[in-house]
Amino acid sequence: MSKLIATSTIRGARSIVKETEVLLEKTIQQKGKDYEFEFPDTAFYLPMIYALTGFPVKTLSDMKVALGFAQELLHDDPDENLWLPYLGETLDSGMATLFAEEIFLALRYINGDEPYIDKETGYTYNGFITDTIQRNLGVQLVDGTMPGFAAIIGAAPSEDIAVSIVRELQEKNILIFLSGQSNGDSVTKQLLRKGVELGWDSRIVPLGPHTEHTLYALDWAIRASLIFGAKKPGDFKEHLKYQKDRVFAFAIVLGELDDLKWATGAGAINMGFPAICDTDVPVIHPTGVCTYEEVDKELDHSRIVQRAIEVRGLKITVEKPPIPVAYGPAFEGERIRKEQTFIEFGGQRTPAFELVTMKEMEEIEDNKVVIIGDNWLEEYEKGGKMPLGIVVEVAGRKMQKDFETIIERKIHQILNEAQGIWHMGQRDINWIRISASAKSAGITLEHLGIILNTMIHSKFKSIVDKVQTLIYINETDVLRERQEAQKIYRQRDIRLSTLTDESVDTFYSCLLCQSFAPSHVCVITPERLGLCGAYNWLDGKAAYEIDPTGGNQPIPKGSLLDAKYGRYSGVDEYLKKASGGAVETLNLYTIMENPMTSCGCFECIVAIIPEANGVMVVNRGSQGMTPIGMKFSTLAGSVGGGMQTPGFMGIGVNFITSKKFLYGDGGIKRIVWMPAALKERIKEDFIIRAKEEGIPDLLDRIADETICEESDPLLEFLTQKQHPALEMDPILT
Amino acid sequence: MDIKHGSGNIEANEILKWAYEHGLETSFQRASKIKQCPIGSSGACCRACNVGPCRLVGKKDEEELTGVCGANLPTVVSRNFLRMIAGGTAAHSDHARDMVLTLLAVARKETKDFEIKDVKKLFRVAGILDINYEGRAIHDVAHDVAMMFLQDFQRQNGELNYIKRAPKPTQERWRKWGIIPRNIDREVCEAMHRTSVGVDHEPENLLMHGLRTALADGWGGSMISTDVTDILFGTPYPMKAEASFGIFKEDEVNLVVHGHEPTLSEKIVEVVEEKEMIEYAKSKGAKGINLGGMCCTANEILMRHGIPTAGGFTNQEIGILTGIIDAITVDVQCIMPAIVELSKRFHTKIITTSAKGKMAGAIHIQYDEHRAKEIARQIVRIACDNYVNRKTKGSHITKKYPMIGGFSHEYIEYMQGGKFRASFRPLNDAIISGRIRGVVGLAGCDNPRVQSTGLHKHIALELIKNDVLIVSTGCGSAACGTAGYLIPEMALESAGPGLREVCEAIGIPPILHLGACVDNSRILTILSAMAEEGGLSNEIGGMPGVGIAPEWMSEKAIAIGCYFVASGVPVVFGGESPVGASKEVAKLLTDVCFERFKGAFHFEPDPDKMISLTLMYIDMARDALKLRRYEKGKYATDRILMDMAARREIERAAKPHIGF
Repeated sequence: MSKLIATSTIRGARSIVKETEVLLEKTIQQKGKDYEFEFPDTAFYLPMIYALTGFPVKTLSDMKVALGFAQELLHDDPDENLWLPYLGETLDSGMATLFAEEIFLALRYINGDEPYIDKETGYTYNGFITDTIQRNLGVQLVDGTMPGFAAIIGAAPSEDIAVSIVRELQEKNILIFLSGQSNGDSVTKQLLRKGVELGWDSRIVPLGPHTEHTLYALDWAIRASLIFGAKKPGDFKEHLKYQKDRVFAFAIVLGELDDLKWATGAGAINMGFPAICDTDVPVIHPTGVCTYEEVDKELDHSRIVQRAIEVRGLKITVEKPPIPVAYGPAFEGERIRKEQTFIEFGGQRTPAFELVTMKEMEEIEDNKVVIIGDNWLEEYEKGGKMPLGIVVEVAGRKMQKDFETIIERKIHQILNEAQGIWHMGQRDINWIRISASAKSAGITLEHLGIILNTMIHSKFKSIVDKVQTLIYINETDVLRERQEAQKIYRQRDIRLSTLTDESVDTFYSCLLCQSFAPSHVCVITPERLGLCGAYNWLDGKAAYEIDPTGGNQPIPKGSLLDAKYGRYSGVDEYLKKASGGAVETLNLYTIMENPMTSCGCFECIVAIIPEANGVMVVNRGSQGMTPIGMKFSTLAGSVGGGMQTPGFMGIGVNFITSKKFLYGDGGIKRIVWMPAALKERIKEDFIIRAKEEGIPDLLDRIADETICEESDPLLEFLTQKQHPALEMDPILT
Repeated sequence: MDIKHGSGNIEANEILKWAYEHGLETSFQRASKIKQCPIGSSGACCRACNVGPCRLVGKKDEEELTGVCGANLPTVVSRNFLRMIAGGTAAHSDHARDMVLTLLAVARKETKDFEIKDVKKLFRVAGILDINYEGRAIHDVAHDVAMMFLQDFQRQNGELNYIKRAPKPTQERWRKWGIIPRNIDREVCEAMHRTSVGVDHEPENLLMHGLRTALADGWGGSMISTDVTDILFGTPYPMKAEASFGIFKEDEVNLVVHGHEPTLSEKIVEVVEEKEMIEYAKSKGAKGINLGGMCCTANEILMRHGIPTAGGFTNQEIGILTGIIDAITVDVQCIMPAIVELSKRFHTKIITTSAKGKMAGAIHIQYDEHRAKEIARQIVRIACDNYVNRKTKGSHITKKYPMIGGFSHEYIEYMQGGKFRASFRPLNDAIISGRIRGVVGLAGCDNPRVQSTGLHKHIALELIKNDVLIVSTGCGSAACGTAGYLIPEMALESAGPGLREVCEAIGIPPILHLGACVDNSRILTILSAMAEEGGLSNEIGGMPGVGIAPEWMSEKAIAIGCYFVASGVPVVFGGESPVGASKEVAKLLTDVCFERFKGAFHFEPDPDKMISLTLMYIDMARDALKLRRYEKGKYATDRILMDMAARREIERAAKPHIGF
């Protein structure tokens, strides 16, 4: 019965709080109470404590204060008979456990014990999950490619069961965190022994070998409401409601539970995350704290994943092509090294290309794969390398010429998601590898076509009625067809460059992020792509055709109210509605007045540097200090969540080289600082834009971290380089 | 034995038997000897003027009979009923006034004997009243709160402060039918005016004012009293206590606090712990001082301090029969004058403390909140002094029952989610899924005209078997407590499977002790919170909930019943119907009230019919809410599985514009 759970939890909480007290005192003695600490790359201090109490823990003495919050939440065990109610007390103890564990892990970081390194195998666990990773995953969190999160705690009864549970989760696109152990073994070790690839690319993330390492997963979850939900630190009701409603996490507990597992679980239940155990534990079925059951058991390992998904109330629809290997986003990041490769195509080794082209309906035999070239199978069986031309022909009543590129760009993801197939590049610079193990599972060239046909149907349902794939393998055929393709690529580039905000009458919104950031609306125009970098205007247009009630909606521009700042009557009207009244008006081309809002998964942040009369652009992943004294992670904390914050704005990388970038504020000439890596990344396009602006060497006049990370030397550098921003109208008026 | 029904409280019955053998009389014998006046009990006696009293009995009485002035049965019955409501409302609300005046005295620092124990609750109440509390001195906030509450006894027009705590649709119904109270005293005064000779003769008009007066009790007097008591003495949370006559001790001074207002009893609770007092008791040969409660004073100090209770209304005489109670202090309401006469047969001293309630033959010590502790000590000393006089042997029973009390609105919210997730979601979910069929407020008095407390016990047991969660107050709580029902094990042994699951998940008994009879207001705020939580009815009306007072006897019960009906809760009362003489009035109280407010007032003497009527209302509400039809052991398992599109639709709510 649940009193057992309550008793274990309440006891577990008291014990971890005590243990943390001891470690904290010891660390204070060694380092002093003013010793400062922050987890790697986060703007949110100790995120759980910060989100739920609003208290920013910066030093060891702050930890003492925060541990006090945990102590206040402790209770006595329920009596054997005539017990007083215990559920509220149990949940409080769960929260105390999370606070204590967070401090405990912070102390382990201070003492150099985290991320945990396994002495036997030398394996380094992930440890704390950074803000950067969280933001990198932003798009996947909202577009359905990462619909849920599983924390697996403990060890499966066998390695094979561990693998099968993990594979099932992977095929359902669920991100997996591993922690804890059972009888000295753990799923992490079981997977390592079976040679399963671990890490962010395969979506299996071992956090650490102990139960308390589960907190890293919860710390990751709670930042979703801070970053994307813009919930105020300390507003625990809102944070926990957000977690329950929007963060579809659950725990699968393998093996027996001890006090600390129950206590950590009770903390997770506070967040609305249920636990499903594979042992004969007491269950808690009445609902209301979690959406459905709080604790359930499923002794059959082949059903435990399905049960967990149901208990969390998660809907997952997975389309899988009929191929002999696993398929799903979890395999997208899988690498195939040279020695694992059976055969490869393109990549400067052989001529190759890929093209999607539109045909008439009657020209296509649906789902057909045609391999053009004699004895293709024999050639393939030899392995090594081979020329390859892929031409995907599509037709549909609602298909448009503009959508060809959209579908073509998806080839990368579609092929990559097959286990044992690796794809890189695009157009005529593509590179494909098929691994030896995929080959031995039965993958042939034909399967490339099958995968493309099936998944293009699935992803572009309402615009593609028929699809067939032609695969060329003879060098002469490939070279000839590639020449044709190159003509098409050029035409497309020309078409794209003529697409301007003025030349169309409809923009598109992107509301995908509203599942996490309910009041944020991206307005996507031909010259301004979504801030996540994943959706441009054509994507929006195609997505609307595919699903007219989906996350991308047309915005009739209406009348131009302000050409300089880019204000349109239609955009304003739409925004009021779609943001639920949060945003009244928007200027597309300025950062200074009613700029675009952000969800939180922007590729870059633009921020003004008033003393330099310009702006800096910082990319996600940049970890260093910037001239305004804030790192990316800190800056990002003040931009997300659907709020308009004049002077700060999240953007996609490619927007920097758009003519409409800060057009109303003076364009790229305002940029005075960018991290060197970002400068390198956009160099080619930037120089072209700089020439157009009449300052071909503008990029060299822009400072980076190798030149300065502070304001004074920045001004010195800009003056010395005669940076144009210094002569421009004041940015602050 | 010359007793028709006896008590359902086993220990009480044993003592009654002993009393019979020793020729001592109690209310139980008198109830058997004296029949209820058949004219008065059905509401047919009009004594509004000295032309009468007129009794309206005979053939075709409803159609043809009138009094001398022409007042017909519906008029007379509804007038009498309104007077009962006014009486009950006056009782709770006069109690509330005293509480507010005590709060004011504390705020003005006129008394050192009281303090504000629950600042959080003070601020919560201030928040509800739109009184700014941030950064202000506690006493200033308390002053504003007290003054604001006093407005409810003073303003001539407008609405009571707490009307806004009701769900909006409930308020709309009240506005539509014009029954929002303006001022508690005004509604009571107007009720008396309307029912004096020659004023209001229209039954519907009388009864609507009756509901308005009752609302002034529920959302006024009672609610104010509960909140101010929590502010002054702390919001209850669960604690262990004991019930029945075994709580009295042979070797200690036994002092009983009986009545309703908690101010003096709170001080007695404090002073009996004082070393000086204990020494004083010891100097009289006792080992210590044993404090016990009776009636609703017991509930107040049991909820907050775990002080044991000897039971409810009908146990007051029986207590004296134990022969070991050294003093009983009483204040107001439900005090039988019989205890004075009976106490003369033993050594027990009866001490009255309120200027409003005196009894010939009792010692009177006037309570004054400005020197409350001093008075409390004086009373304790009298009890100690009297310890040496214990000579007459009584019937001392040692049996007592453990119980859990202390379920305030605040704790009930907390227990469903802890500090961080406190809400009513789990309760609403449990009702929606069918684990809990519905909720019943089991309240009201105990009554020697039936097997006293026996009806409570029977109904409680049957309802929890049927997965109905019970919240109890007043002597209903005492009845369940002295039966040993208020323990968590009760869920495992006697509750239906769904209710049991919920009780096990939270760790609660299937019957939650909410406090005294004024604390029925807690049920109103709980129902409001359930409406706000969503998933059930968006108003109080339409909830699968019923109020039952199977053994009611006080006018206060009628006032409580009426404020539940007006708020949207059907109620079932036992005993003779005080409107039994008029079908028209009975119809107004059932069909018409249901149509207007979704509440209905039933009188039904048969306990099994009370249960079936209750379950009928609960199931009807479940049907109307399109909830799963109740079936024991089977629960709704519908899941809404969320894909990404569904998640985007969760909330398109407006967010305030936050600039930088």
